[in-house]
Amino acid sequence: MAAIRTKPDHHTYTFPGFGSEKFPNLLLRGAGDLNNWHLPVYEQQHEGYVAMRKALQMEPVAVTDEVKASGLRGRGGAGFPAGLKWSFMPKDTPERKLTRYLVCNGDEGEPGTFKDRVILEYNPHQLIEGMIIGGWAMQCAMGYVYIRGEFLWLIEKLEAAIQQARDAGYLGKNILGTGWDYDILVYRGAGAYICGEETALLNSLEGRRGEPRVKPPFPAAKGAFGQPTTVNNVETLAAVPPILRMGGSEYAKIGSPKNSGTRIFGVSGHVKRPGIYELPMGTPMNFLVEELAGGSSTGRKIKAIIPGGASCPMLDEKDFDVPMDFDNLKARGSMGGSGGLIVMDESVCIVQATLRLIRFYAHESCGQCTPCREGCNWMQMILHRIEHGQGRMEDLDLLASLTPRIGMRTLCPLGDAACGPMDSALQKFRHEFEHHIIHKTCYAQGSKLLSSVGAH
Amino acid sequence: MNHPHPPETSNEPLAPGQRLPESERKTFSPEAIAEIQAIMAQYPDKLAATLPALYIAQREFGFVSLAAMRAVAAAIGIPEGHVFGVATFYTMYQKAPVGKFHFQVCTNISCALRGAAQLLEKVCERTGVKPGQGPSPDGMWSVEEVECLAGCGVAPCVQVNQDVYDELVSEDKLVEVMEACKRGEYRPWGY
Repeated sequence: MAAIRTKPDHHTYTFPGFGSEKFPNLLLRGAGDLNNWHLPVYEQQHEGYVAMRKALQMEPVAVTDEVKASGLRGRGGAGFPAGLKWSFMPKDTPERKLTRYLVCNGDEGEPGTFKDRVILEYNPHQLIEGMIIGGWAMQCAMGYVYIRGEFLWLIEKLEAAIQQARDAGYLGKNILGTGWDYDILVYRGAGAYICGEETALLNSLEGRRGEPRVKPPFPAAKGAFGQPTTVNNVETLAAVPPILRMGGSEYAKIGSPKNSGTRIFGVSGHVKRPGIYELPMGTPMNFLVEELAGGSSTGRKIKAIIPGGASCPMLDEKDFDVPMDFDNLKARGSMGGSGGLIVMDESVCIVQATLRLIRFYAHESCGQCTPCREGCNWMQMILHRIEHGQGRMEDLDLLASLTPRIGMRTLCPLGDAACGPMDSALQKFRHEFEHHIIHKTCYAQGSKLLSSVGAH
Repeated sequence: MNHPHPPETSNEPLAPGQRLPESERKTFSPEAIAEIQAIMAQYPDKLAATLPALYIAQREFGFVSLAAMRAVAAAIGIPEGHVFGVATFYTMYQKAPVGKFHFQVCTNISCALRGAAQLLEKVCERTGVKPGQGPSPDGMWSVEEVECLAGCGVAPCVQVNQDVYDELVSEDKLVEVMEACKRGEYRPWGY
């Protein structure tokens, strides 16, 4: 095997006060420490595998209850309570012994999101520990980590870390004398955004095309290889060891009500210090963008922020003070999503930005449901003609009439995801679209988000 | 998903019963067969070996041609149609030949905000190839426009073969990467 890449990432920011009581460092504890993937370093310097030892002494149900008490919500985008999801898994009965699986979703493909990458880079053992605890709580036979194919160097690193855990007796047969057998296997994806959807991911894990399944049956009833399965995001599972270490009720005190804990926010685009920041849920967005990320890098005013990865509706100036948690963002008409903030300054043409986003969804649609397959393509074509000066005024109504025909009419949320940016751009920046149609140029002069040689 | 390249290496799709020409038939090396069998044993269902086996085929044969897909189907013992479907669904399996150094430029929104469109133009200018149009005449370079590589905070980023390079804001850095490729410092295509 090739040498494990250890590349310093100067964009991993630890800001003043990080690690204090106000800004606890639960997920990025080893951030910037490139040796943290070695088991001894993780164990000796970062309280590694303490939570696992604690969990293995508890009853499996008690572990699930602890996670329930913490109020941890899934960090993949939907914000579903993780403890509740775990409790859906069917239990063994005297007549029937079940084979259960835990699957970790590391198919990070949402534009603007790069949080799983840092966990895998700096804290792979915390993910492994979280997977062991989750596996124990649900009495799983096997854990699978599905990681996107582009992360080859992280897959190599994680596999090396898993081998260390195996050698230490944390994985394999009869773990720490409990009589429980469990192992983790890494599966490499092959470049499909749709595989971030849990049932598409399960199909891909089984070696099929990544097309979402019809639900029900939900994965908890019939998941990977036909067995009961729970799918959790990398960040969700990495949040489990701190919960067990400090206790669920203590963890629930961090963050805002019903949105407990810390979350990794990734800031990209026009800011001075783009990168990742771990903050308690409910931190105001302008604090992160202005104070921590340094504000606009170009000196121009910030026009729009996408608050949680490309699928979330954009926010304009009046909503920049929103506390970043699932409920508050939803109340402002956007989503918590995957925590990736994309900051756009005044020089950005919203028509170009929307076209770029919609082209992504048109490209990544799996083609299974007609509204998404056809709708995303049509939105792309209409936006393309507006951008290239051939738009008509009625195109705007046409676009607005398309989104309700795509959203909530598909098997998976990819269609809805495409509608988020489209609707919000039309509502909040309609004048830019109109300017494009009337004057046949961008409202924001000099915006150049599309290349002349690519697909446009 | 849009797939610019049909999977066939011959000009015409094969008719029922038609055989590939001898030169396009592919067989795995014994080591690769052993590797695929080891992967099959790890999973409850041998079908799960499809994706890893296609990566092995890509490494062995340079790209996933129709013949390579057939070899995968034979090695695992699954229908060929299933392998065709899977190989054409995922974008990381190259269905046409690529250069020794395959540049995958992310042009999605976060990278675009920091100049990915201009970077793509520069990459094309310096390598002399267009995105998705096969390798340069000397076989060194090929360019592809890809979606998010999850390097948004260090945008714009480029993946060369299997390694991601961040923050190519200036042209000098791109030249540096290309020079290092020429010196053979990066892993060649095929992992």
